[in-house]
Amino acid sequence: MTIFIENRSMVTPGEIIAEGNYNVGQNVYRKDKRIISQVIGLVSIKDDYINVVSLKGKYIPRVGDTVIGKVTDVSLNTWTVDIASPYPGILRPATSLDRRFDPVKDHTRKFFDIGDVISAKVFSFDRTRDPVLTLRDNNRSGSTTFLGKLIGGRVIEISPSKIPRLIGRRGSMISTIKQYTNCRMIVGQNGRVWFKGNSFEEEYLVLQAIEKIDREAHTTGLTDRVKEFLEDARKKMGKPTAKGEQPKK
Amino acid sequence: MTNKEKTVLITKNGIRHDGRKKTDLREIRFEVGILDRADGSAIIYWGKNKILVAVYGPRELHPKHMALPDRALIRCEYRMATFSVTERKSPAPKRREKEISKILAEAIEPAVFDYLYPRSVIDVFIEVLQADGGSRCASITAAALALADAGIPMKDLVVGCAAGNLNGEVVIDLDDVEDKEGQGDLPIAVLPLSGEVVLLQSDGVFNPEQYKEALDLLMDACQTIYKLQREAITNKYAKITEEIIEPVEVEPEPTEAKVEKKKGEKTEEKKETEEKTPKKKASAKKAKSEQSEESEKKKKTSKKKEKKTPPKKDEEAKE
Repeated sequence: MTIFIENRSMVTPGEIIAEGNYNVGQNVYRKDKRIISQVIGLVSIKDDYINVVSLKGKYIPRVGDTVIGKVTDVSLNTWTVDIASPYPGILRPATSLDRRFDPVKDHTRKFFDIGDVISAKVFSFDRTRDPVLTLRDNNRSGSTTFLGKLIGGRVIEISPSKIPRLIGRRGSMISTIKQYTNCRMIVGQNGRVWFKGNSFEEEYLVLQAIEKIDREAHTTGLTDRVKEFLEDARKKMGKPTAKGEQPKK
Repeated sequence: MTNKEKTVLITKNGIRHDGRKKTDLREIRFEVGILDRADGSAIIYWGKNKILVAVYGPRELHPKHMALPDRALIRCEYRMATFSVTERKSPAPKRREKEISKILAEAIEPAVFDYLYPRSVIDVFIEVLQADGGSRCASITAAALALADAGIPMKDLVVGCAAGNLNGEVVIDLDDVEDKEGQGDLPIAVLPLSGEVVLLQSDGVFNPEQYKEALDLLMDACQTIYKLQREAITNKYAKITEEIIEPVEVEPEPTEAKVEKKKGEKTEEKKETEEKTPKKKASAKKAKSEQSEESEKKKKTSKKKEKKTPPKKDEEAKE
């Protein structure tokens, strides 16, 4: 039971992290009692659980995730949605519309057309089938993420493994950004973030903040630095703080 | 296979034509993540070799019939630029390039956890910008870095190196002259952690003792290269960390300039979109108004609700 690598430090594929009866977490594998990293990332050791938090990689759908996708194909009863993953998302009218869909009378194109950006939830996915999306939120806790067509605003794509960093501990990072920019934001677990603000300057601030997080995700004290950055930027804009400021209609 | 008298490949003192000793490697340097559009990329400077590798994927595979039901397909394309050798190389892929593409794909496969991404494809593009012997070994070394940079789960990195037979002397890391005029060439690729051999080719003549000696020397050489490989990865991220620690005050200035510059651009775009909007279908408008109504409703109740959602996401994040 020895650990060779310090917690929170960087590892590369094939690097031995520990030896002994540890539990294998994400992005590590076991070979002859040795726990070895699979990816470039940061080690996180909790009790005897060894994880590596990857710094890059493609999104692999997980049931229940909110994703932001772009409609790439429309057929008579299906939309194919690009969700920035190796597998295309499939959306059907039955799980996405508020009313009955009659394939004889109704046209799928009238609801979503090619190029439309939507936020959706992953309804089902396994390694044999492509992910099925839904626009219905059967979450009992009363989640407020908007599911449906996103009109206006911007979408930025970052590495999906950095999304937890963007959200922050208990949502601290994301609420900081919202607070300083008055922007509406929807974060997709697939690495896409949609945001819409009242002015270009504020939207641009969000963009810069997200890019900063994407670039510096492997460092510590990021929330404070982002806060500092946003504060400085607001001062330069002549609006020192956004706290309590009501968004314009 | 007669040795030309012009170049002395190796002297009695064991000095090679370019001044290296038997087990000396040429200078090797890597850069990781140099292409912005690719998922992962690396360039290797190995002696006079310059090889650029781009990795895309795992991504959707077309044509679909090529897909493997249980794992990702690994496609590899090794290509030499027309200017990579002294006499212009025809751009059409030759037998040699097809062969190298195939063996490289097969050498990468054991290192990648391909069963994690069934029905998808991982594309590896290798462009030889300048060739000087041992380009397949250099290619695989760089390809492993590019794969790791793309965040693809791997058992281990892959390291390639070649040994040769120069007038009966076993040497490491052949260059172009030694490759063409020597008596044997033995390229190898290994997974350095376990020592598994994923590529082994052999051209020319080696006797059993020479073969054993060559393999021993190669294993040591691969470990040396492996260290350089790992340094290259950590350097990429260490650079960013250093930037943050030192200049905190420098950043704000250029950002402000950017804002103003982009502001000008953006207002133009906005005008355009405004012009376009009236033409949009009525349905789109409807949906828009519906959404804005919703958003207003949300705004009123949002602050309570917003605070509810993040912790849930955070739980996922912790996982």
